[in-house]
Amino acid sequence: MDITSALFLLIGSFLCLSGGVGILRFPDFYTRMHAAGVTDTLATAMILIGLMLQSPDALVVIKLIIILLMTLFISPTASHALASAAIHNNLKPVLENKKDNE
Amino acid sequence: MKDLFAVIMLAGIYSLLSASFFVAMDAVDVAFTEASVGAGISTLLMLVAITMTGRSEDPVRHKPILALVVVVITGSLLIYGTLDMPYFGSVDAPVHQHVAPQYINDSMQKVGMPNIVTSVLASYRGFDTFGEVVVIFTAGIGVLALLSVARRPGDIAEIDSLNKTMHEEFLILRIVAKMLIPFILLFALYVQFHGDFGPGGGFQAGVIFAAAIILYTMLFGMSTARRVINQSVIQLFAAIGVLVYGSVGVISLLEGKHFLDYSALSADPVAGQHIGILLIELGVGITVASVMIIIFFNFAGRENSQQSQENNES
Repeated sequence: MDITSALFLLIGSFLCLSGGVGILRFPDFYTRMHAAGVTDTLATAMILIGLMLQSPDALVVIKLIIILLMTLFISPTASHALASAAIHNNLKPVLENKKDNE
Repeated sequence: MKDLFAVIMLAGIYSLLSASFFVAMDAVDVAFTEASVGAGISTLLMLVAITMTGRSEDPVRHKPILALVVVVITGSLLIYGTLDMPYFGSVDAPVHQHVAPQYINDSMQKVGMPNIVTSVLASYRGFDTFGEVVVIFTAGIGVLALLSVARRPGDIAEIDSLNKTMHEEFLILRIVAKMLIPFILLFALYVQFHGDFGPGGGFQAGVIFAAAIILYTMLFGMSTARRVINQSVIQLFAAIGVLVYGSVGVISLLEGKHFLDYSALSADPVAGQHIGILLIELGVGITVASVMIIIFFNFAGRENSQQSQENNES
């Protein structure tokens, strides 16, 4: 049990870290938001599952499940809202032909 | 910084950060209030305000040097002042000597609330809280007096066509919001009535309730929301909240006790305190929720009416 939980927590923290790096390193708004979105959803889910496995108390597990469901609904929606707002304001994604210009 | 949007976002982030350090200092109630009021609803209301005022600041004409000098002097005076203060967390600090021990030792027998913050806020300092509620109510009246616009009743066909275009644009947001809004409302009620036992209370509950309705208004359009939520009823509710709070005080006066002394409400003083706190928290919640909704509706409604005027002129 402990090992599985540790594994989940590790994956979660790795995703958080990579998401943070992604936000800093990616070239434009959409890719950055992709990084942030992945961090928000998957990493949070992983960490919450890891915590659930750690907890002996059923009530805590139920609360964590509710938080998990909420984040699963809310953070993709928030990313979607951000992206569509960006499209709406004519922010063009950076496409690959950057290399061709160089 | 010239972009007001960025300024508002920074203010919201600052509020959220201060909420987290309140949690770190074990002041969960304060953190909850800061997160819901400071980071949540006030950011939202300021965003609505800049849709009316425009996004960038006017160019500054005066020199910033003067302001910097004032800030530096005030800041150094404040730091000089802290030198005399007792160390953080020290036992013989005046704060821990004055009334705090009394609250911690007596509130369980006298008020019987597991959450001392609620018993201090609602019972020991009931008069101050009454003042706060009146301030919020006055703010609502002020917004109504200054910004309220005479509006024509929306044309149903127009609303429907608007609804259809919005439906395509915000399909995902609408569906998710539809699923979430009942839970947000339920959570607000939980915070309202669980305030005696855990962190929470009328202020936070009112703000969360209002946030759910504002979310609905943003996604389903002003006119639809106005059909769902009757403005005059909301205004009535804002007054009812203050009235409930005040009349609890008047009842305890009539029973021959002090103003807002809830032990007068029942034969058993502790049960009386429970009833009193429940009632005044309800009053706080109703007033806060309705005033927030009033402020939002009047800000956003004004924006709408300005737009339609411009459309008519062009």
